[in-house]
Amino acid sequence: MQRVGVFVCWCGSNIAGTVDVEAVSEALKSEPGVVFSTNYQYMCSQAGQDMIKQAVKEHNLTGIVVCSCSPRMHEATFRKTAAAAGLNPYMVEIANIREQCSWVHKDMLTGTEKAIILGKAAIAKVNLNAPLIPGESPVTKRALVIGGGIAGIQTALDIADAGFPVDIVEKKPTIGGKMAQLDKTFPTLDCAACILTPKMVDVAQNEKIRIFSYSEVTEVSGFVGNFEVTIKKNARYVKEDICTGCGACVEKCPMKRIPNEFNLGMDNRPAIYIPFAQAVPKVATIDPNACNMLKNGKCGVCSKVCAAGAIDYTQKDEYINEKYGAIVVATGFNPISMDKFDEFAYNQSKDVITSLEFERLTNAAGPSAGKLLRPSDGKHPHTIVFVQCVGSRCESCAEKGKEYCSKICCMYTAKHAMLTRDKYPDTEVYVFYIDVRTPGKNFDEFYRRAVEEYGVKYIKGMVGKVVPEGDKLKVQASDLIANKQLHIDADLVVLAAAIEPDKSARPLATMLTASMDTNDFFTEAHPKLRPVESPTAGVFLSGACQGPKDIPETVSQAGAAASKVIGLLAKDKLTGNPCVANSNELMCNGCSSCANVCPYGAITYEDKEFRMPDRTTKIRRVASVNPAVCQGCGACTVACPSGAMDLKGFANLQIMAEVDAICK
Amino acid sequence: MKVSYFPGCTLKNKAKDLDMYAYKSAEALGVTLEEIENWQCCGGVFTTANDEVATKLSSVRALKYAGEKEQPLVTVCSACHNVIKQTNYAMQTNSQFADKVNRYMAADGTYNGETQVYHYLEMLRDLVGFDTLKEKVVNTLKGKKIAAYYGCLLLRPNSVMRMDDPENPTIMEDFIRALGADAVVYAKRNECCGGYISVESPESAKRNSNAIIENAKAAGAEMIITACPLCKYNLVKNGADIPVVYFTELLAEALGVKEDTNA
Repeated sequence: MQRVGVFVCWCGSNIAGTVDVEAVSEALKSEPGVVFSTNYQYMCSQAGQDMIKQAVKEHNLTGIVVCSCSPRMHEATFRKTAAAAGLNPYMVEIANIREQCSWVHKDMLTGTEKAIILGKAAIAKVNLNAPLIPGESPVTKRALVIGGGIAGIQTALDIADAGFPVDIVEKKPTIGGKMAQLDKTFPTLDCAACILTPKMVDVAQNEKIRIFSYSEVTEVSGFVGNFEVTIKKNARYVKEDICTGCGACVEKCPMKRIPNEFNLGMDNRPAIYIPFAQAVPKVATIDPNACNMLKNGKCGVCSKVCAAGAIDYTQKDEYINEKYGAIVVATGFNPISMDKFDEFAYNQSKDVITSLEFERLTNAAGPSAGKLLRPSDGKHPHTIVFVQCVGSRCESCAEKGKEYCSKICCMYTAKHAMLTRDKYPDTEVYVFYIDVRTPGKNFDEFYRRAVEEYGVKYIKGMVGKVVPEGDKLKVQASDLIANKQLHIDADLVVLAAAIEPDKSARPLATMLTASMDTNDFFTEAHPKLRPVESPTAGVFLSGACQGPKDIPETVSQAGAAASKVIGLLAKDKLTGNPCVANSNELMCNGCSSCANVCPYGAITYEDKEFRMPDRTTKIRRVASVNPAVCQGCGACTVACPSGAMDLKGFANLQIMAEVDAICK
Repeated sequence: MKVSYFPGCTLKNKAKDLDMYAYKSAEALGVTLEEIENWQCCGGVFTTANDEVATKLSSVRALKYAGEKEQPLVTVCSACHNVIKQTNYAMQTNSQFADKVNRYMAADGTYNGETQVYHYLEMLRDLVGFDTLKEKVVNTLKGKKIAAYYGCLLLRPNSVMRMDDPENPTIMEDFIRALGADAVVYAKRNECCGGYISVESPESAKRNSNAIIENAKAAGAEMIITACPLCKYNLVKNGADIPVVYFTELLAEALGVKEDTNA
């Protein structure tokens, strides 16, 4: 039998206002095992904690019940108190008589009655508690960053800076991500390439960082500190270590009419290509779907002109296995497809473009060398209509759009509008909006400059229809403030398409057992207090994979994720949570029910030899739990049909004892 | 295959072509349209007032009739289709409304929206199949540039019609392609022709209709097809200088049953 001490907290008037704390501590005195019971104004204060320590010594307590707030608030506090008093910290139980009792009841009688019942349940449980000792596991001091955009780049640089090796896996032939496609960046209007490419070079030159470009993660196993990852390095048919990036092959390749992804298909590239001048790694890649040599065995021009001899048509996909202590997801975003928004005539006219296409059109390295020209006829547009929230905040059209705000569009549209008016003052620029949302340092000032200094015409209302007619785009819209219909003859219409997580995120989340929301954004462990950690231990989030983000926000989150990784990798050993599942091998019949429900992949099966009552031996398949992977969710204990699975600290017997105490 | 068929008033008067060719074509495709006995006008316009029951009773009767024969209910006029589908949806989702309607219909037993409603085009796509239709084409319309005019009622409200994407519809274009012709896609294909405003303000209807015709012609259309008698009325009355015909007429021509009916 335990010697239990009961400590009832007033929490000022939070509890004492609706619960008669004196009556509670008095009533619990006579419960089995209780040798001491008291109450105090603030149990979590230094004086309250000292009171507990004192009682442990004086009354030789072996178990502690604190009737106070939710265990999420102060369980850790009281466990430390117990440890300081020489008890095993897991000999503490909390009865939540605040959130689930005093706060929800108005009447002192019912509140007190319920508090006593909750206290009895906690006492019944603590009587069955056993000391628990957390296990330890080693940490592989290497991090994996999935995605090589600005989020992944910044995270990798920060981790490497702390001295830990990092690998970046990027599915495209180069790192740089979306930011490499942008022209200028708000709110300071520095050129994206000027601030991004030095970082890309830093990554390439950093001895601690390895880049796996044109590669993807195909398999993840293991757990925090000990992930085992398979990386598939797609064949690029060019030997990366030999290619000098001279570009001779690109020039001579006869297959020149392949839509150029980097310029969003607005111009063409050859079958062998380097995405852009500052690509990292700066090596060529052969597009196997376009190359005549790979498809029909005819051509071979690139191989002939390559002075370095880097072309290898026989290259195969390569699989690399590596161990990591931490994984950072930085898979980023994409604009949604405009196929379902035909009211804006995106598929009917070349002069209806997305904002990302507009970036390429105004970029000096873009298809029109930075001159703002209409894609259809190469003429300068004199009237431009920007449409915001295309597919964002789209409650009525959830089938084709997104219900959330894409967050970055208000600012980049203000940027586009302002830069257009600055460079081409003869151009009329309209922006249609639902709301202008520009919180952020120097953001609203930026938007106001577009309106006040640059004369951009902001109109509250949405565009209903775009009709291509002759060389004009007839724009029908409503002006909600003037309450009238507008008809504008535009030369160019720019759609601020909603953004969505990259398509690779969903299968990756499954591999990592990291949770996602309904929009396929990765979920953080806590929306306010743990914003860069996934609920899965050892998996961290960086950038727009967690939600729409602009560059300043992405970079700060990338740094935050890096610091969390550094904190993890700096440890030599990880202390686990001892409240993990445990399989009773004598009762387990190897049915797999537990492994099927385990969200963390913590359960494996092994064949074990058992001695039978008749002194023969028998080999049986039984479940075994990896305590370092188990998160203690308890799903397996419910699924187990034979009752072999039990959760330490929340054993079936303990839960039943609580229920019995409540129902008595 | 046998289906219940609700033609509607206009199809027995102004839009006899729409009706006649619908019958002939269905037959050629192996579908028998069984006209609902003693059908009454659908009401013409679906009123969204929940307590307005009287004008919806005829639709419910038609739906119930088809339901008792365990047949889907097929309509071809855009307006009838709109009213019947909306009424059926209200019967499924608005229990108060359904209860009220059922009390009116007490003698005939209750109905709660069990019948499946198809527009003739949906029937072609979902029950017959455009691939099957393609195989049955006798006179291919190859080389003809035909523009589909959807109008406003056929696809909207999308949450109830569930027929096609109202902003980016393809069903009529797929139909045109199945007949071998080239489908002309143009921006105003799902804009309103003016509808009943042609009574109150003929000028407004003229403006809308002309814009549609001009837009279709600019995209290269040589002919416009529609499913709606009112759309056809407005487009033709306001001086369309390319043919505007019912889609069923085009279908009958392609299936080689058009001459029969004229004879």
